[in-house]
Amino acid sequence: MGNKARKARLVVIGNGMAGIRTVEELLKMAPDLYEITVFGDEPHPNYNRILLTPVLAGEMRLEETILNDHDWYQEHGITLRTGCPVTQIDRVRRQVITAQGEKVPYDRVLIATGAAAALAPIPGNDLPGVYSYRDMRDVEALTQVSADGGEAVIIGAGLLGLEVAHGLNARGMQVTVVHRRAWPLDKQLDARGGALLQQAMEARGIRFLMERESAAVLGTDRVEGLQFQDGSHIPARIVVMTVGIRPRIDLAQAAGLACEQGILVSDTLQTYDPRIYAVGECVQHRGMTYGLVAPLFEQAKVAANHLAEYGRMRYQGSVTSTKLKVTGIELFSAGDFLGGEGTEELTLLDAHQGIYKKVVLQDDTIKGILLYGDTSIGPWLFEHLRDKNNVASLRDHLLFGETHLGDAGHAGVNQAARLADSAEICGCNGVSKGQIVRAIRDGLFTLEEVRKCTKASASCGSCTGLVEQLLVSTLGGVYDSSARKKALCGCTDYSHQEVRDAIRKEKLLSVRDVFRFLDWRHPGGCATCRPAVNYYVRTAWPAEGKDDPSARFINERAHANIQKDGTYSVIPRIYGGVTTPAELKRIAEVAERHAVPMVKFTGGQRLDLLGVPKEKLPLIWAELDMPSGHAYGKALRTVKSCVGKEFCRFGVQDSTQLAIDLEKNLERMWAPHKVKLAASGCPRNCAESTIKDVGVIGVDSGWEIYVGGNGGMKVRAADLLAKVKTEAEVIQISKAFLQMYREDAQYLERTAPWVERVGLEQIKSRVIDDLAQRVELAERLDFAIAQEKDPWAEAVSGRLDIHAAPLRRVSA
Amino acid sequence: MEWFPLGRIDEVPLGGGRYVETPAGQIAVLCNEAGELFAVHNRCPHRGGPLSEGFVSGKTVFCPLHNWQIDLESGQALPPDQGCVKTFPLKTEGEEIWLGLPETQS
Ligand SMILES: Cc1cc2nc3c(=O)[nH]c(=O)nc-3n(C[C@H](O)[C@H](O)[C@H](O)COP(=O)(O)OP(=O)(O)OC[C@H]3O[C@@H](n4cnc5c(N)ncnc54)[C@H](O)[C@@H]3O)c2cc1C
Ligand code: HEM
Ligand code: SF4
Ligand code: FES
Repeated sequence: MGNKARKARLVVIGNGMAGIRTVEELLKMAPDLYEITVFGDEPHPNYNRILLTPVLAGEMRLEETILNDHDWYQEHGITLRTGCPVTQIDRVRRQVITAQGEKVPYDRVLIATGAAAALAPIPGNDLPGVYSYRDMRDVEALTQVSADGGEAVIIGAGLLGLEVAHGLNARGMQVTVVHRRAWPLDKQLDARGGALLQQAMEARGIRFLMERESAAVLGTDRVEGLQFQDGSHIPARIVVMTVGIRPRIDLAQAAGLACEQGILVSDTLQTYDPRIYAVGECVQHRGMTYGLVAPLFEQAKVAANHLAEYGRMRYQGSVTSTKLKVTGIELFSAGDFLGGEGTEELTLLDAHQGIYKKVVLQDDTIKGILLYGDTSIGPWLFEHLRDKNNVASLRDHLLFGETHLGDAGHAGVNQAARLADSAEICGCNGVSKGQIVRAIRDGLFTLEEVRKCTKASASCGSCTGLVEQLLVSTLGGVYDSSARKKALCGCTDYSHQEVRDAIRKEKLLSVRDVFRFLDWRHPGGCATCRPAVNYYVRTAWPAEGKDDPSARFINERAHANIQKDGTYSVIPRIYGGVTTPAELKRIAEVAERHAVPMVKFTGGQRLDLLGVPKEKLPLIWAELDMPSGHAYGKALRTVKSCVGKEFCRFGVQDSTQLAIDLEKNLERMWAPHKVKLAASGCPRNCAESTIKDVGVIGVDSGWEIYVGGNGGMKVRAADLLAKVKTEAEVIQISKAFLQMYREDAQYLERTAPWVERVGLEQIKSRVIDDLAQRVELAERLDFAIAQEKDPWAEAVSGRLDIHAAPLRRVSA
Repeated sequence: MEWFPLGRIDEVPLGGGRYVETPAGQIAVLCNEAGELFAVHNRCPHRGGPLSEGFVSGKTVFCPLHNWQIDLESGQALPPDQGCVKTFPLKTEGEEIWLGLPETQS
């Protein structure tokens, strides 16, 4: 203890995707903790195994698949031993022993030996001309042998079998795929989808022999054919066996570590020996083994967290989806898509266009997904499946996706895979599809990484769905992007929810406390986590929690909207949009006196004084003598109103008065994002209540309350939450709804996506059906708002310093 | 180099910044969470956003307009963005911050 003379030694066995990903994650958290040695069986530095087929098909070169080149190992002080298999782990002496007899001592071991291709147990499976499909050596051998053409027979029509069929077909061989079941990809497709897939591949010249059990590889000193159990046979120059993979556990088994199908690991990715961790295809966790990179990368994160001695994360298993990466064939499946007892199926079959979609439901949640031909909605459905969301209210458009809701401005571009390489995906930053795909192939696996490297979807975020689709179609599996699990930002591995739970449970009262308690990677945080964490602290602890101005965006710090030239706009609050001649006169005089460059009505029925320099803000606020309109904040913005029954000949309810009352009740409410309300006096709905976060519409018998509407980037019509008789009920229900949103939604999540995520049913059950909860929610909101003061008045009186003036004027 | 007093250290918020008017234009004085101070032109290389209003974390400032990240020691934008902003020397004496400006040739 306390001996700093030597670093702990970490030996990594297996230089593949899961092992090196773990090392990368570890280096991010604890760059100097270990002296790291990596042993790899293969002669290459870590390459991207999932790109073997593009290499085989001649679409990419080997060098392009390298994820970590030799320089990378060197830069990080890692000793890399390629072509050097480990043959023994001596747990007593704590050393690993290589095939060359070298002994290397360890303090910790990470086993990441992956899996090996299984061979069909039939005579002749060792003849020259029989290949497996697992690593670069296989690809090199197949590339060479395919140059002379001839018949290639593939045994096993799983994902790998079809990929290799595609690759060899592209190399000019005559390919036959043999499968023991009735249709290809029987683990990913049902009979109908299988038939469509088979047709599409047959159209490219690949032959299928289904329901054939192989009996023997024929040939004397090399492959000549394949014989079936029914006695028939076909000629073959080569045979490729893709009948499954076998976790490589021999090393662990020989070392006495508990193994079944794979090496048994706990939720901390530790084996039976706590000094020895294991990740990747070689492990078995809670009875599951995995053969896709997405879950392996989740394991890598957790293993790294423990190796770094943070010891806080747990791996709880993954839900995976698959995607076939054969150019031009779109296929996506996840979960239990065959259905069965107690399930329902929604299907759509358009055989002519080659489109087949199926969603299996049970108790209003998605159990399985199968998409063929058009997979664009895969990631969206998958998120609902994984999060077990109640989708009752989405049922009528589940097969069409969220875009069906009226994706204004983005319609027609929801199928990333079909776009040309030059098509622009991210309009904000001008990034094309080709650029994104190239970047992903250079070694990106997550949305965050794509954002960072290409800027695509890093600004307004409206192209996030498209980028996710590109990730899926390029990587062949969805990286787990669920809100519950996704890290809040690059400064931490904790998700929004985990951070919120910690704030509440540990009573963390400031952003700094949170960063410290949760071991933030950068003690200063970043532009993503600072405002989010500040918001979470303030909602969890409205009275005691410290509001940290340095964690607020400039607009919320200056209490005005920054404009592109660095000036600000000033929008005073005008309750319900109802003003007086005297107030108008005062605003006009202030604008004139300070030569405000532009005065404009906003979309929310307020007056905007634009082009005010920061220095003048407090003075202008003082002269206006009106409260802040919070038009700059993730907060209650405005309650728009129509004329209503007092003057309008159609009006049945007093919408202006209700708008004023709502605004007075809700002003100064901070929220995960901006919140806009509206009140209309009759169903003509002149205040556009149905595209607001909360909108009410007067009817003869009272009011209808709508929630989750949006009119911005992505139009969404609001859902009817309730019909009530009195204004008091409208106010109480609005409060309860908004408080639930404040407590549950992620920072920067607007009500529209939030309502879709949690489902209207759940909201109704808390806000409408359960009166006690409604009252409590509304009271919590009242309490939170009561802690807030009008920031303009605070600034005018000198209690709040917005740093309007320069620190100093230096004159030469 | 000519040195000018700017004010006290505690007038610059931790993790944020202030601006100063100088003959060389507006300069942002920034302070990270550990209390280290930096000075750069108060114009983001992207579209001129006021860096004094950004988040400061470690050696990086995040521009408040479109979130470009700028290294405060070199003044270079972090990849994938490209551009740079001029940096200025600062020193502290006791609680006072001093800004170094190049001598104006008259
Ligand atoms: C052709 C193909 C296509 C694929 N496509 C996809 C896809 O589209 N999407 C997807 O998610 N997944 C895909 N996969 C699966 C994915 O590649 C694997 O899940 C992933 O590579 C497993 O990572 P790993 O680190 O566990 O194993 P590996 O990447 O196999 O790494 C293990 C490494 O350990 C080495 N090793 C083993 N034993 C020893 C030892 N004793 N000493 C030293 N070194 C040793 C091996 O040689 C190997 O290099 C594909 C796989 C293949 C073969
Ligand atoms: C001609 C080019 C551009 C146009 C027309 C444009 C337009 C817009 C619009 C309309 C918004 C929404 C504003 C709102 O929500 O109120 C926005 C937001 C944003 N833009 Fe751009 N933009 C452009 C270029 C860029 C560039 C180049 C970047 C970054 C490098 C960028 C980063 C952002 C960011 C970060 C936001 C979000 C601001 C926020 O959340 O408040 N924009 N842009
Ligand atoms: S919504 Fe109805 S009450 Fe309101 S202005 Fe329109 S017509 Fe009149
Ligand atoms: S002005 Fe700084 S990021 Fe755009």
